[in-house]
Amino acid sequence: MSATVLERPADPIEPIPAPMADVPADPQVKPKDILIINYSGDLEKVWATMILASTSAAMGVKTRVFVTFWGLQVFVRDDRRITGENWMQKMMSAMQRPGVSHRKLSKMDFFGMGPWMMRKLAARYHVASPKELLEAAQEMGVEFIPCQMTMDMFGLKRSDMIDGMSEPAGAATVIGLMTEDSVPLFI
Amino acid sequence: METVEITQTVDAKGLACPMPIVRTAQAMKVVESGAHVEVLATDPGSTKDFVAWCRSTGNELVDQSTDGAVFRFVIRRK
Repeated sequence: MSATVLERPADPIEPIPAPMADVPADPQVKPKDILIINYSGDLEKVWATMILASTSAAMGVKTRVFVTFWGLQVFVRDDRRITGENWMQKMMSAMQRPGVSHRKLSKMDFFGMGPWMMRKLAARYHVASPKELLEAAQEMGVEFIPCQMTMDMFGLKRSDMIDGMSEPAGAATVIGLMTEDSVPLFI
Repeated sequence: METVEITQTVDAKGLACPMPIVRTAQAMKVVESGAHVEVLATDPGSTKDFVAWCRSTGNELVDQSTDGAVFRFVIRRK
């Protein structure tokens, strides 16, 4: 990675201490697990999911991401163009290209102009792409659990999905984790 | 501060949140307990993020300094 340092304008604001920096950590407190429900397939929300999942894993927190509905499209392999068994499922995938690298913005998409500018800005400010963050998250042991019901409805097969995903599961798994030890996030 | 032996350096210069933390967490996995890892970052948010990260993971933030636009953190693995 090139060590290009961004030029920042001089900032006259006095730094304030980090939150909770003066509060000693309690070794008795067991960190909770994190459960992210990745519902959306919009670029900006997928980005949030990937940032939080990779950071949470980096902080040593057991992290699971339940992947459902539009979010499922994010975890289809980038090179799959048309997925599904019947014409309706095929048409759905044709209308919205699956894959983590082909996400659209929920607003200001302008036929791909918005995401193109986002990618340009991300590169300029050295922000990791959702794909890079996804790979880092998987490397650090984040579990990505696809929703069986939505997979069936969209006609998605395990072979359509990226490698390393967990066994598909359902709503009871999500509620079970929520009521046990997981902090839930719905994105 | 007494000088410590740096086992590994994580060059996170130029990387934006959360990659300095992610790269550091990955580097921490491969060093022995008690080893010192040095992180170089330019993301101003990292000064707070490394405090929070060390707090949560139990690793010790031994030293924190700034050299121009580069922030340097020395972390001892728990």
